[in-house]
Amino acid sequence: MNHRTLGLRDEEFDAIVEGLGREPNETELHLFSVMWSEHCSYKSTRRLLRLFPKEGKSVVQGPGENAGIVDVGDGWGAAFKVESHNHPSAVEPYQGAATGVGGIIRDILAMGAQPTASMDGLFFGREGARSTRRLSDGIIRGVGDYGNCVGVPTVGGKTAYDPSYDENPLVNAFCLGLVRLDRVIKSSTAASGQVAVLIGSPTGRDGIGGATFASVELADETKSSRPQVQIGDPFAEKLLVECCLELVGLGAVVSMQDMGAGGITSSASEVAAKSGVSVNIELDRVPLREEGMAPWEIALSESQERMLLIVQKKDMELVESVAAKWGLNCAPIGTTTPGDRFVLKYKGNVVADVPASLLGGGCPEISWPSLPPEDLNDRQCLGAEQTKPPKGWEDAIVSLLSHPNWADKSWIYEQYDHMVQINTIVGPGSPVTLLRIKPNGRFLALVMESDPWKCRLDPFSGGAETVAKGLRALAVCGAVPLGMTDCLNFPSPEKPDQFWELEEAVRGMATACREMACPVVSGNVSLYNETSKSKILPTPLACIVGLVDSLEDFLPSGRWKEGNRLFLVGSPGGSLAGSAYQHVFSGKPRGVPVPFDAQKEKSFLERAAKTAKSRVAESALALAGGGLALALAKEAIESGKGAQVNFDAEAKPELLLFGEGGPRAIYAIPPDKAAAFCHIWQGFPVSHIGKVGGSELSVNGLFKVRLEKLIRAWRRP
Amino acid sequence: MKVAVVVFPGSNCDADVAHAVEVTIGASVEMVWHASESLPAGTDLVILPGGFSYGDYLRCGAMAARSSIMKGVKRFASSGGLVLGICNGFQILTEAKMLRGVFLPNRTLSFICRPCTLRVERDDTPFTLRYKIGQVVHFPIAHHEGLYYLDKDELDALEKRRQVVFRYATPTGEATDEANPNGALNNIAGMVNEGGNVLGLIPHPERASEPVLGSVDGALMWQSISEWIKGGGAH
Repeated sequence: MNHRTLGLRDEEFDAIVEGLGREPNETELHLFSVMWSEHCSYKSTRRLLRLFPKEGKSVVQGPGENAGIVDVGDGWGAAFKVESHNHPSAVEPYQGAATGVGGIIRDILAMGAQPTASMDGLFFGREGARSTRRLSDGIIRGVGDYGNCVGVPTVGGKTAYDPSYDENPLVNAFCLGLVRLDRVIKSSTAASGQVAVLIGSPTGRDGIGGATFASVELADETKSSRPQVQIGDPFAEKLLVECCLELVGLGAVVSMQDMGAGGITSSASEVAAKSGVSVNIELDRVPLREEGMAPWEIALSESQERMLLIVQKKDMELVESVAAKWGLNCAPIGTTTPGDRFVLKYKGNVVADVPASLLGGGCPEISWPSLPPEDLNDRQCLGAEQTKPPKGWEDAIVSLLSHPNWADKSWIYEQYDHMVQINTIVGPGSPVTLLRIKPNGRFLALVMESDPWKCRLDPFSGGAETVAKGLRALAVCGAVPLGMTDCLNFPSPEKPDQFWELEEAVRGMATACREMACPVVSGNVSLYNETSKSKILPTPLACIVGLVDSLEDFLPSGRWKEGNRLFLVGSPGGSLAGSAYQHVFSGKPRGVPVPFDAQKEKSFLERAAKTAKSRVAESALALAGGGLALALAKEAIESGKGAQVNFDAEAKPELLLFGEGGPRAIYAIPPDKAAAFCHIWQGFPVSHIGKVGGSELSVNGLFKVRLEKLIRAWRRP
Repeated sequence: MKVAVVVFPGSNCDADVAHAVEVTIGASVEMVWHASESLPAGTDLVILPGGFSYGDYLRCGAMAARSSIMKGVKRFASSGGLVLGICNGFQILTEAKMLRGVFLPNRTLSFICRPCTLRVERDDTPFTLRYKIGQVVHFPIAHHEGLYYLDKDELDALEKRRQVVFRYATPTGEATDEANPNGALNNIAGMVNEGGNVLGLIPHPERASEPVLGSVDGALMWQSISEWIKGGGAH
């Protein structure tokens, strides 16, 4: 077996030989090929990920664990992370998405947390195309069936359509769990003389080499990749979650690892490397569901619904009895000893014996060449066709509202149980999801943001805007941000212009995070999202978790009241570059998005937070895709009320209505509170733009459209 | 008041329903594992919660209906004890033949989770004393197999015996086809056995039991039961 056929580069093979002091045997080579894959080692991005700020006063656990943790008060923490399951979903949409949900739930569980909420970022190809239909149907059913059965509500997310995802659908699964801070479990807490126990489903050949598969471009003949996709069993996961939580509650778990990418190898070697112990695994003790599996296949199988627990010897009986109660396999498969070895034994023979730290952390970083794309000027040049006004302003707003990217998504989220666990106060369909935290009576606010079209034009601004959009939405509704998790979905980093996009986007996100004091506590990278025919837009995704102390501090959207005064804060107009308007009317993003302005953003966040706290507003919405026009339309639709909007601004109508970017929001204020509101926003652009009332939305004499028509367009019957 | 919530492998609304009865009527709740053979002494109400018992990989509720605890639940019901099955719990009650009828997949063929309006048909059952006939209540739904089905003769007999307790209805209380989310015959959302002590309900009252959740209509059900128990069941 040649190292190259397993995806290892020559210099990586040399590093293995040097680290081992000899050539690896075949089993060891398999282990390295998985652990040193992009998916597990972050070899192309480690350098970039260091740019993210990781410190913050609420951060309990930063990157490097199964999930990050932030303090949510009174001794409770929220563990959360987002992860991609893109390649498996392209090959087998239903199972790919389902196991993506299952895997991220186990990552949260591994911190000792009770999985409490899921969100999904789904990016599909051209709407209406047959392949999109097939993929999106399977993916949406996979997300729903798994989450519904396992009893973790899907409380929000994002769905977007663009031709660049035709053959490369993206499935980003986010999960959040609550954990008592004195019961957090880590992968670094194992000690010598303990037992490694495998709990859950028997191990089969499914998913072997999945991590390596996720680290290369998708071949045209995707059928050959089927064995690399795992099969999900949400019922088994539900039992596994309950069983592990019961054991955590009994104090019987020292350390815990999900057995997703890389299977036994990654979970056991990670505990070993992080805890500074050796792990010795006896592969013949692993319960199998297939006969004749080779040792390396057992060691690397990514069969789902399994956890590796490190427990004290004295607790073994307890662990066995709890697993038996839940009807789960429970196999002590190894022990921890002093040292830094990862040893696999099979039928009495040592089949692999390598330094655990080398396997997990020895992969040399790669500095791919980075160059701005040759066509960057062309991308950033706003041609006449991109700014062409539509036939009529009313048609424009109706077309935008009924476009699948911006229309009502209830047809998707109603297939997901978003209420189980009875914490969902504001559910999917709203820019910010609000969940109650039962143990302390406070509330969590969650957002998921991404802006691939702006990232394509200017990855720095696009990356910054992605983070800023999330923070603005949180601030407007009254939430204090605690931390962020990110998923970096990009095509191959091996092409200099594509690596440049990745680098710039991360720089943009990191800058926004630093300037706006939002630490990054966990994340995931998914590269090689391309085929010989197509590649994805740069698609970094940000999920930000915020805290709201009481329900009275939460300022919702969609609550216009008759007679409310409407105010726009932020500059009227924006840029059409990479906007919803361009997406619908010219199909191609072009131009220069609004650059990130840290001072302005901070000033906005401060005032928005003050506005929510002072309770002067009835309803508020941060402007995002579709600009002012879509924000007004959505507020009107949700509130069931029209408005007369009329204001002076020098911008051209298309910019005024549909321009995007920068910190902006619309507020509905009762007349007697208008002065107090304006006082808060002193020193920031603020304009009185109209009044709520009637059953029509009219803007500056440009259009006047009946509410029913807007609702019909948005609901797309 | 003592409530037993049965936990099957795969139940996922067990903790929710326990929380709801604790916060609304201060009931003491005991979680009962499916492998138990009997209910705790002094049980006033048994709840079979929603979820995916045994993964529902067979027909929904079919495995759970044959578990050990169901013998105890049947004994309890036949001596007049109150049993409430919610969603998957309703499916289990039909599979256990404690209620008539069967469940088919929703007519949309997809899972549906959303707020829903129901019309109360009876206010004289232990579960509905605090409601009024014709009252419209808001309980969310979340299910894949909620199409209640019964053959014509049995359905007529069911209606004649006034066993239907809740029907899917419009906000103004009309049981129209549009208001029916899953295609259930006669818009049936909840029904009792002939003795009136076993209620099956597809929507989730526990998701509408606290002001913070947007509806407290579900709390009336817990209060009804509590009142009935306090009155010695003599209504």
